Amino acid sequence: MYAQMVDTGMKRVQGLDEMSAEERAFQEKIDAGIKIEAKDWMPEGYRRTLIRQISQHAHSEIVGQLPEGNWVTRAPTLKRKAILLAKIQDEAGHGLYLYSAAETLGVTRDQVYADLLSGKVKYSSIFNYPTTNWADIGTVGWLVDGAAIMNQIPLCRCSYGPYSRAMVRVCKEESFHQRQGYDLVMAMAKGTPEQKAMAQDALNRWWWPALMMFGPSDGESVHSAQSMQWKIKILSNDELRQKFVDQTVPQAEYLGLTIPDPDLKWNEDTGHYDFGEIDWEEFRQVVAGNGPCNRDRLRTRVKAWEDGEWFRDALLAHAEKKSERQVATAKAA
Amino acid sequence: MLLDDKSVYLMRLGDNALVLSQRLSEWCGKGPAFEEDMALTNTALDLIGQARMWLSYAGEVEGRGRDEDALAFRRDSHEFTNLLLVEQPNGDYAHTLVRQFFFDVWHQLTLDALTRSSDDRIADIASKAIKEVAYHLRRSSDLVVRLGDGTAESRRRMQDAVDALWMYTGEMFKADETEELLGAQGLACDPSTLKDAWLAMVREVFAEATLTVPDSEWMQKGGKQGRHGEHLGLLLAEMQFLQRAYPNASW
Repeated sequence: MYAQMVDTGMKRVQGLDEMSAEERAFQEKIDAGIKIEAKDWMPEGYRRTLIRQISQHAHSEIVGQLPEGNWVTRAPTLKRKAILLAKIQDEAGHGLYLYSAAETLGVTRDQVYADLLSGKVKYSSIFNYPTTNWADIGTVGWLVDGAAIMNQIPLCRCSYGPYSRAMVRVCKEESFHQRQGYDLVMAMAKGTPEQKAMAQDALNRWWWPALMMFGPSDGESVHSAQSMQWKIKILSNDELRQKFVDQTVPQAEYLGLTIPDPDLKWNEDTGHYDFGEIDWEEFRQVVAGNGPCNRDRLRTRVKAWEDGEWFRDALLAHAEKKSERQVATAKAA
Repeated sequence: MLLDDKSVYLMRLGDNALVLSQRLSEWCGKGPAFEEDMALTNTALDLIGQARMWLSYAGEVEGRGRDEDALAFRRDSHEFTNLLLVEQPNGDYAHTLVRQFFFDVWHQLTLDALTRSSDDRIADIASKAIKEVAYHLRRSSDLVVRLGDGTAESRRRMQDAVDALWMYTGEMFKADETEELLGAQGLACDPSTLKDAWLAMVREVFAEATLTVPDSEWMQKGGKQGRHGEHLGLLLAEMQFLQRAYPNASW
């Protein structure tokens, strides 16, 4: 997901009877479906976990501009270029919106962004894969935005008010992106043999990383259980992944594309698709910084930040001069 | 003859918007602040929308069956008629902003005149575009002031950009026969009539920005006639790659 394997800092999940009066009142509010707002009391663990989760999500939106930006100057028609620019603009907007949601929890945007640039906080593993042909742009919309929506629609009901409201807005735009992505892949899949080959190649490369986006099976994870108790995680990773597979397989069939999994088959008994083993070693390596593009992505953002320092300094300096002048004028008057 | 002139003129308007949009897209995800990333894609998006309207109309007037994409992706650099200013490389952010500011002032004045064009469709497109360009100009002039009158480094960078780009501004006001002809008919705008207003606006903003208007008078020209520098060919090679490599595909 856009936020993966979020650490709650908890060793185990507490029962109501083990909690302090404040903690119990907090948990009862959550259980009753009452939203937590920025000024309400909240346990430190809840606050810290949300900051991690929301800032990871925000960073993903910001870094996610790069693989798409890679093709914006080569989009094959003016209409497709406009659609892609609009999508990238939406994503930058989501990033800003989510940083604002994180700021309601008592951090600043510059602080959390510094953690991204230093490599301390991650962004989604998916953006460490390269976009190597034009069909990748459609495939990213179809699969990556599709997987993100899977997770974010339940998060519209999450316990933290500012985050849940951000998700409502983000989801509307993401589902639009997914439809546009699918439309692009359709044009390729129904196009010339070369175009169809590009679409198939893109699906071959993005399928497994898209499934990895949901993160490893929650199993006995304390963090997952804690996040679920806090209602900042609604469905388990495996449930979300299964929903995604079930939704996506017929879409691929409609396009006449083959999902690169020989073990994929419909299971009459469960009413779901069975699918093959995910290469979790690859996932761990990508999260650890060893994906094909981790270094490039981070280097690009660090360079942008460093090259932009004079710009940001100048805006601050100008604002200070202006307020000094205003004070001087007021004194003179 | 008039039809040819008209399609040539429309193509110039479209090419300016298209080439500048392409330059701004190169910044994607690499701006100096998140708000700038948003503003850059927003401006690029406005310009691509305008390019589509001008080029579609140019293709219709030309009557050779070329649509917006045929014009954008299947012409070589000598057939592009954008101003030399907009094809200049991004450079640092100061160059990008000064280029934008010089263009925005001219663009606003041009579109304002075109809202009164005797051609209804030109007037309609201009009326739509000018709303977007008013915002572009507000943003670029505001940033020119803040960065000119910011730190010593930002002023130096901005002045460097001004000095480097100044010689590409003269072409904007140099009318050729096409513009004189269409201007006389009230269909287009004779750009020589815009020069004083452009200079007044630039002087006003530069005064507040503590920047100096260069006194050099030698100006480059030729963009409108298809004589470009070396940069445009590379920009087009990138932009046109898919259409050139897969000419029979539809996207």
